[in-house]
Amino acid sequence: MKCKLIIFLSVLLSTTVLAQVGKPFIHDPSTIVECDGKFYTFGTGGGGLISEDGWTWFGGGVRPGGGAAPDAIKIGNRYLVVYGATGGSPSHKGIIYTMWNKTLDPKSPDFKYSEPVIVATSDGYEENDAIDPGIMLDPTTGRLWLAYGTYYGFTRIIELDPKTGKLKDGNKPVDVAIVCEAADLIYRDGWYYLLATHGSCCDGANSTYNVVVGRSKKVTGPYFDNVGRSMMEGGGKMVVATRGRLIGPGHFGRIILEKGVEKMSIHYEADLDQGGRSVLGILPIVWKDGWPVAGEKFKEGTFEIESVRRGYGLELAVDFSRMAVAQRGFSQANTEPIKPVPAQELADVIKNWPTGNINVRIGDYMYRPHQKWTITDAPDSTGYLGGPYYKIVLAGTERALSATADAQVITVPVFTGSPEQLWRIDQLTDGTYRIMPKVVPNSGKKLALVSSGDSTPMLAEFDFDSDNSKWNFRAH
Amino acid sequence: MKRIQKLLFPLLSLGILLTGQTLIYQATAQPPGQQRAPLPPIPIKGDTTHTLTRHFKLATNTKIAPYANGFIHRWLVLEPIKKDIARNNIFTDNYLRSEFKNNNFSEDYLMIPKAGEMVKVGNQALNWYALDSKTFNFNLFNFSYDINKPKYGLLFWLVTVIDCSEEIPNVRMTAGCNSGGMFWLNGQEILMLSGDRDMIVDNVASPLLTLKKGRNIIRGAVINGPGMANFCLRFIDQRDHPVKNISISKD
Repeated sequence: MKCKLIIFLSVLLSTTVLAQVGKPFIHDPSTIVECDGKFYTFGTGGGGLISEDGWTWFGGGVRPGGGAAPDAIKIGNRYLVVYGATGGSPSHKGIIYTMWNKTLDPKSPDFKYSEPVIVATSDGYEENDAIDPGIMLDPTTGRLWLAYGTYYGFTRIIELDPKTGKLKDGNKPVDVAIVCEAADLIYRDGWYYLLATHGSCCDGANSTYNVVVGRSKKVTGPYFDNVGRSMMEGGGKMVVATRGRLIGPGHFGRIILEKGVEKMSIHYEADLDQGGRSVLGILPIVWKDGWPVAGEKFKEGTFEIESVRRGYGLELAVDFSRMAVAQRGFSQANTEPIKPVPAQELADVIKNWPTGNINVRIGDYMYRPHQKWTITDAPDSTGYLGGPYYKIVLAGTERALSATADAQVITVPVFTGSPEQLWRIDQLTDGTYRIMPKVVPNSGKKLALVSSGDSTPMLAEFDFDSDNSKWNFRAH
Repeated sequence: MKRIQKLLFPLLSLGILLTGQTLIYQATAQPPGQQRAPLPPIPIKGDTTHTLTRHFKLATNTKIAPYANGFIHRWLVLEPIKKDIARNNIFTDNYLRSEFKNNNFSEDYLMIPKAGEMVKVGNQALNWYALDSKTFNFNLFNFSYDINKPKYGLLFWLVTVIDCSEEIPNVRMTAGCNSGGMFWLNGQEILMLSGDRDMIVDNVASPLLTLKKGRNIIRGAVINGPGMANFCLRFIDQRDHPVKNISISKD
């Protein structure tokens, strides 16, 4: 019975995918913004969350003005914070305010918000509710755009002055969507994308929130989805919906970390593993056929670690052990009963391996024990934006993948939890993965696992344009 | 906190909003920001009168074509039946069937009411209107405002007549509505839109059906608690192209 309980708990733990850790409790989060090495997001009500590493979050952010659903962006050396004065009032009267701050760190002597400025209103009669702002600085023009509105009528876009944060003189709102909340604009490869939340919120595990997207060649639309349906007709292609015990994602924000590494900040209406609270979520953004879609937070398991360069697998540099199965099927009568052949097991080969450090290499994947890697959340409380560090060991052993001071990769007999044995795994915008050690000993460089030639794993600067830098995790 | 008004009746909203914000502060351990100051005056930007012609035209006796994208924009619409609905996610299939059955103006699904005609549903005496929507969708929230009726917690009955010069086989009826609804064609149930839906074009599509030569009668019912009641309906062919070789009349 006890054994069953342990198995049950093991299964439970292995299938739980936490959104974030700490106290990541927030509703309607703003796009995550980095300020002086820390990450910030603000939510409905006035406060916000702060994280030292992007994985563990606690309260402490400060945003005056109350109201709801802010957004934030860094422009030059200042931060523009925008929010709705109401939480969606029954009268649908609303105001969008903008305000500046030199820093988001409330402990900094420079921390002081400017006087809020009105940039949009809804009068309670028009088909719009001036809440839920989302802001974008157009990378091609330097123009500043703001989308706002809820399911009540139209989502609208206005242009702001990026120097003042005020409504640009003479600008009039443009209707771009219906049945949306929390719209956000982003730009990529000649397209403007309008990401918005459909469904209903604020009902815990019964909330049907989901994030959809349409795109346009013009920032003011019209925005169409993948089947040509206008967002003015309710169109939208799914970006992220309920996943597992994380219910009702909404309030998309995009974070570009570097070329090929993008994340989205969202909230889940209810995290069933955290008492049904509304929590911050961070997921990779994958671009598929010109459309953004939520990638997967890495899930623990046992995998082939496949180099995208050629498709070979990461393996221990040990002698290949032949399986005792003779060639069959050539010119032989197939009259014998068919019996499965057991796969080679770790016990069959481990006795032939050295006991100290063993190098790794990349070779033909043959489903052999020296090619299977078990990846689990490391017993370490730190992480990075959207994920914890992982422990990578040869399946069935404690032999751990480790970075070396000379930018090589080896395995050590036992996982000790030292930083060079902790690995960051990011899903990239093309769906493949980047693997990085937490530290390279005696080095301040950020290096990633790279394939040199087809055969040699090493640590080098990450290059999204090269398949040498990319990996896949195959569960066979 | 954006769908508070969609969750609760307006009279309760303010209290719940304040309570909800307090709960969020407790739940999130976030420091509450400054108390929200009363909103400054917001100028009224447009016509706020209760006038049907803001959003609709009164339907004439002349048949009309659907909009270019096939949307049926002429409807006979009954003044809303007031319902006590706090949340839209109660609109299950069974709930909708039961509510529409218990609040029906007529069991004769081929009956075509006349504009100005009064019917009684329960103890409510209600008038029929014949209207052409100025937009592809038929905004029942605006209709209710325009006739100075309540905006939330409403059940609407709808009827329209589709005239076909010849039989049109292999088409689908599609609709989107906020929040729940059902549609019938020539007395047969065709579409069920259960759940807390948004009004999305082609959100729900019927199996292939045939529009018969002559008159085809569509009956609809849309129900909504808090939020903006709204619907759109059209026919599409097997390649998802809108069916446009039809005309719409009110009788």
